[in-house]
Amino acid sequence: MSDTDRTGAPASRAPERDAPRQKQQFELGSGPGRVLVWFYGVFTVAAASRSVVEMVLDFGRAPLAYVLSAVAAVVYGFITYSLVRGGETARRAALVCCAAELAGVLVVGTWTRLEPSAFPDSTVWSEFGMGYLFIPVILPVTGMIWLRRARKA
Amino acid sequence: MLDALTVAVAVTALALAAWCGFAAYRDQPTKDWHFIGMAVVSVLALAQLLVGIVQLARGERPDQGMTIFIAYLIGAFASVPAAGFLSLSERTRWGSVTVAAGAVVLAVLEVRLYDIWGN
Repeated sequence: MSDTDRTGAPASRAPERDAPRQKQQFELGSGPGRVLVWFYGVFTVAAASRSVVEMVLDFGRAPLAYVLSAVAAVVYGFITYSLVRGGETARRAALVCCAAELAGVLVVGTWTRLEPSAFPDSTVWSEFGMGYLFIPVILPVTGMIWLRRARKA
Repeated sequence: MLDALTVAVAVTALALAAWCGFAAYRDQPTKDWHFIGMAVVSVLALAQLLVGIVQLARGERPDQGMTIFIAYLIGAFASVPAAGFLSLSERTRWGSVTVAAGAVVLAVLEVRLYDIWGN
């Protein structure tokens, strides 16, 4: 009886330990990730609708700013999709995009400070996202913290 | 725009945010009462959407353009229900945080709507 216990225990525990490695589809959009899905979703809609409206109404006024807003919308959309999808591939892709997003906010933010004349109209990332309560600069940082943690969980 | 309605939506949205934020603080998911609260805020936002459309139909025009105004009206109406749906499948404190965040977004949209309409 004690033999079966001894042999049974490791055998039943082993698959559990391997399970996370085999099962790639862990969730990224649950728990704290749900809040991130919400914010990324909101910013996808905000940046996309903003850039579409601006481009349709008067693209010539500030083409650079409007294209940058559209780029931001694509990045936000992709991160939202990755968070909802879950799994290791999506996690890595989202991590890269969050880094790109942070770099984008910092570069565009600095650029708008140094050379305001290049931006007759503002973008989502202008002034480090000041028009959006600085959420554009906070979001990628929280996103990267969450995505790094999600791997261990 | 009806300023009273804009203020009402913003204030109830902030109250909802505080309520759901408190639920999150107490480590609770959103419950039936929270969903009733969300329904109240959503009905007010729907009323605002309808009033906005009626006023546009009567020939009044917002200061900063009609397209932006309509986009913000729709966004304001959709924000709390969307957050509510996310919290339906997230039965933890994080569902409550999501709804609180959705209500704060709505309050910010109300401020923007007020600016867009002008006087």
